[in-house]
Amino acid sequence: MPPLLELDRVAKTFAQRRGGRAVQAVAGVSLSVDRGETVGLVGESGCGKSTLARLALKLVEPTAGRIVFDGTEITHWTGRRMLPVRRRLQAVFQDPLASLNPRMTVEEVMREPFDTHGIQLGARLAPRIRELLSFVGLENVDLRKLPPQFSGGQLQRIAIARALALEPEIIVADEPTSALDPSIQAQIVNLLLFIQRRRGISYLVISHDLDVIGHVADRIAVMYLGAIIEQGPAAELMLRPLHPYTQALLSASPTLAARRSRRWKRIVLPGDPPNPADVPLGCRFHPRCRLARDVCRTSEPPLRAVAEPGRLVACHLAPEETAVTGEEIGQARKGLAAA
Amino acid sequence: MILSVRDLAVSFRRDGQELTAVDHISFDVAEGETFIIIGESGSGKSLTGMSIAGLQPQAASVSGSITFKGRELLNRPDAELRRVRGREVGLIYQDPLGSLNPVWPVGDQIAEALTAHGLLGRAEAARRAVEMLDRVHIPDPRRVAQAYPHEISGGMRQRAMIAMALAASPSLLIADEPTTALDVTIKAQMLELLSELKRELSLTVVLITHDMGVVAEVADRILVMYAGRIAEIGDADAIMQRPSHPYTAALMASAMISEARPKQDLDAILGGAPGLGAFPSGCRFHPRCARARDDCSRVDPPRRPWGAVELACHHPVAADATHPLVEA
Repeated sequence: MPPLLELDRVAKTFAQRRGGRAVQAVAGVSLSVDRGETVGLVGESGCGKSTLARLALKLVEPTAGRIVFDGTEITHWTGRRMLPVRRRLQAVFQDPLASLNPRMTVEEVMREPFDTHGIQLGARLAPRIRELLSFVGLENVDLRKLPPQFSGGQLQRIAIARALALEPEIIVADEPTSALDPSIQAQIVNLLLFIQRRRGISYLVISHDLDVIGHVADRIAVMYLGAIIEQGPAAELMLRPLHPYTQALLSASPTLAARRSRRWKRIVLPGDPPNPADVPLGCRFHPRCRLARDVCRTSEPPLRAVAEPGRLVACHLAPEETAVTGEEIGQARKGLAAA
Repeated sequence: MILSVRDLAVSFRRDGQELTAVDHISFDVAEGETFIIIGESGSGKSLTGMSIAGLQPQAASVSGSITFKGRELLNRPDAELRRVRGREVGLIYQDPLGSLNPVWPVGDQIAEALTAHGLLGRAEAARRAVEMLDRVHIPDPRRVAQAYPHEISGGMRQRAMIAMALAASPSLLIADEPTTALDVTIKAQMLELLSELKRELSLTVVLITHDMGVVAEVADRILVMYAGRIAEIGDADAIMQRPSHPYTAALMASAMISEARPKQDLDAILGGAPGLGAFPSGCRFHPRCARARDDCSRVDPPRRPWGAVELACHHPVAADATHPLVEA
């Protein structure tokens, strides 16, 4: 059976205003999501992860590469032709208040997907809306209220209920917990897990938060400056990160006990996340990498299979020179070595 | 105590009603410590910090007492306040663009902070600005001093804001969610920089955050706020080893996602924090509290000593009922 969603060497280049250099936001990324699987995509601002989400959702056209949904190439499908795919492929975004029309009542918000797809439920519509809202934990909602009258957590639940309305097979969730208070984040994480257990749907979850990704994902891909630099089964990648960039991300959030410990020291990367308009030669990470040497400055490391099955790393020095550090970071994060 | 806050209340009038967002709280900050105010949206944590800095919203009325180095800061003539605050209290925010003027070179803005308070002459202030940019590890500080905020990276703007806050050598730094909007690697840099500056400049730091990870890393003492009130206050080690208020315990649990079994439900607090004007009766946390009993909805829990800390809870997490979240 083909993967449910497949991105094949997908690239997106944006032309800059005033004749500046073109910006390659996504530089030939391949990633697939199987049925019932959660793939987590992690990276910092400007790494291209949100552009990749928009490519997967067919909200922007790729410059190169193919997008395949359930075995059928849909790269250049638009408009009405996309409707049957959209029904099966839904989205949840970071800021629910921005993604829901503030002048539509909750009832209108929830009715919209049915209208868009010409699904007429008649008298069954109202109970269906109630059922969807109650499924995401919102009982007895006043359907006449407007989005700004709800809390952030309630709004994200409404956005999720709306995404579920047409019983999609996959949801692309772009930073679904990032705008929420910590106590609400845990609720939304639990809700996403609950929905998957009940419905068996797939997720492509995009976040800057490796803790959230590590908790919900079956497989993780780490993006840096438009490319995936490490990929693998979630448990292995979190316990033994092999790319120096993944290691820096993971070392920033070990257990509370480790952070409290005076002995713990994080890896601090020098410099800023780089500008996608100015991708360094060789390894794109080399200017911030403490291991960088000549080969890293001249030759771009391919994403290649290493160590355990399913693990891919784009680093000349992995795993030989990175495995020991990776192991230490994984232990500190789990609190096994108690730092 | 370098800073004493007594009976601080911050309220707003809305539709003829007086709504109290910070509800008569008291605490002390000792010289040289890192004092954390932790809470979620609507807890009043930022209003508390802004009131200390004298930067509460215009519509807010503030009462109580805030003394800094023995001098009362509330209800004083503006000019006198500006002098104390300009020299003695540095402030950094979540959003550096909000505190940097977009049409002014970065160095001039730092220098202005010094000349405006009559601390230095213009030439000397300009030199000091470059020195401060260097101090926060900005490469090529002379060039950056002449750059406009939009010409430098986000991480550098963050550093420039810190340089500006510290230019007048304040003894107290108030940092309101300084790392919240930052990327992971930049956040790591900022936390390292702040702890280095604190150590070397002997700063007292009041840091406002909702990030328990940041708290674990830097806190000497912690004030946990919920719905305008103090839930728990005390020594950071004591609170992190054994949070006694159910809200503190829940906040810590939600920060321990890396220790949870993958794909299993996290310990989540039910519901959401109440908004201003909708604070529940009795203990304000009771509708979300797993330990709540009858009295919690009726009787306001008074603040009282509890082991090494103080808390406001009728039914704290018992001393022997929980394993330590952070090892001693």
